[in-house]
Amino acid sequence: MYWNWFKGGSALGIAFLLAVVLVKPIGVSTQFVILDGIIGDTLDNTLVVEDKTAKKGYSSSNAYLNKSGGKYAKSVAHPLNYSFVFVLSMVFGGLLGKIFQGESSSGKVKQIPEVHQRRFGNNPVMRGLITFAGGFIVLFGARLAGGCTSGHMMSGMMQTSISGYLFALAAFAVAVPTAIIIYKK
Amino acid sequence: MDIILAVIIGTVFGFVLQRIGAADPDKIIGMLRLTDLHLMRTIFAGIGISSALLFIGMMAGIIDPGHLSVKSMYTGVIFGGMLLGLGWALSGFCPGTGVVALGTGRIDALFFILGGLGGAAVYMMMYGGLKSTFLMQKLFGGKATLVVTAKSTAILDMSWSPWIAIGIGIMMLIVAKLLPEKIR
Repeated sequence: MYWNWFKGGSALGIAFLLAVVLVKPIGVSTQFVILDGIIGDTLDNTLVVEDKTAKKGYSSSNAYLNKSGGKYAKSVAHPLNYSFVFVLSMVFGGLLGKIFQGESSSGKVKQIPEVHQRRFGNNPVMRGLITFAGGFIVLFGARLAGGCTSGHMMSGMMQTSISGYLFALAAFAVAVPTAIIIYKK
Repeated sequence: MDIILAVIIGTVFGFVLQRIGAADPDKIIGMLRLTDLHLMRTIFAGIGISSALLFIGMMAGIIDPGHLSVKSMYTGVIFGGMLLGLGWALSGFCPGTGVVALGTGRIDALFFILGGLGGAAVYMMMYGGLKSTFLMQKLFGGKATLVVTAKSTAILDMSWSPWIAIGIGIMMLIVAKLLPEKIR
């Protein structure tokens, strides 16, 4: 069903290479902040304001959106930028991948992972709670680290970044024992 | 032009993540439990191939190093990486694969993304207080790489060190080849 390691690895490698050759290294987790900013700015339109004195032309009352001369504030004000559209397009890519996969199980989505069912049963509410909590921790961690699996681990190690190697070590050092403990049969 | 490239490369990347099984929590948790190493092999091969080709292309003058972007190294990278590892193992998603899984129609991915928006929002609100703490302390001089690039300070500061990056890339490809598909 899934591509073998060599075909998959080649495709993955070429995607990362293509991005850095044509535009910039792939990254995803920053866009969660941008979407938060867009939602926040809709609720309170003083969150991001035009500011000619800021390096990027925008400033924010939030220290994080305001950092690096209002870089994130600018992206919030102009959501049709490369990085945000890139992540939105990934949703479409996932859909296409699913369609072209031609599953024997008639393409029906396996909503609850088997490892989850073995450990926690097939209640979708439990799965929803776990993924919500997981998502919360993952994105908090990714923002603290300044990147996620895509930006630090893949794009970073591709460039031999020290931050990429150490991020990968830290993530696997916790993820492997956690997965073994939580999802042991 | 940038937007067209964003749509094309984003769609390709999402498509590939789905086709290698990275958006399938069973495959992710299988890799992290060290029972199903298929994805581990794919990721090693992916990094190895992209890195080797990147440095070969830059040495040959075909690839413009101007698009490189090296992320800073600071204490928070370690603590943030550990937190990400915890949530990754718990849910079976990381930020990119959660987004892709949403596209395939997974409801659990929607909850992952909602949780992620919450986690990112809390970080945004805490950042003002965190930015002058030890968590933001730069290490290795910040934007550091193992080998010489146009956009970083190199640990191995010799003009021939990009060859080492090519060597590491090839080694990762060999590791991917040698790793067994299933362990237990």
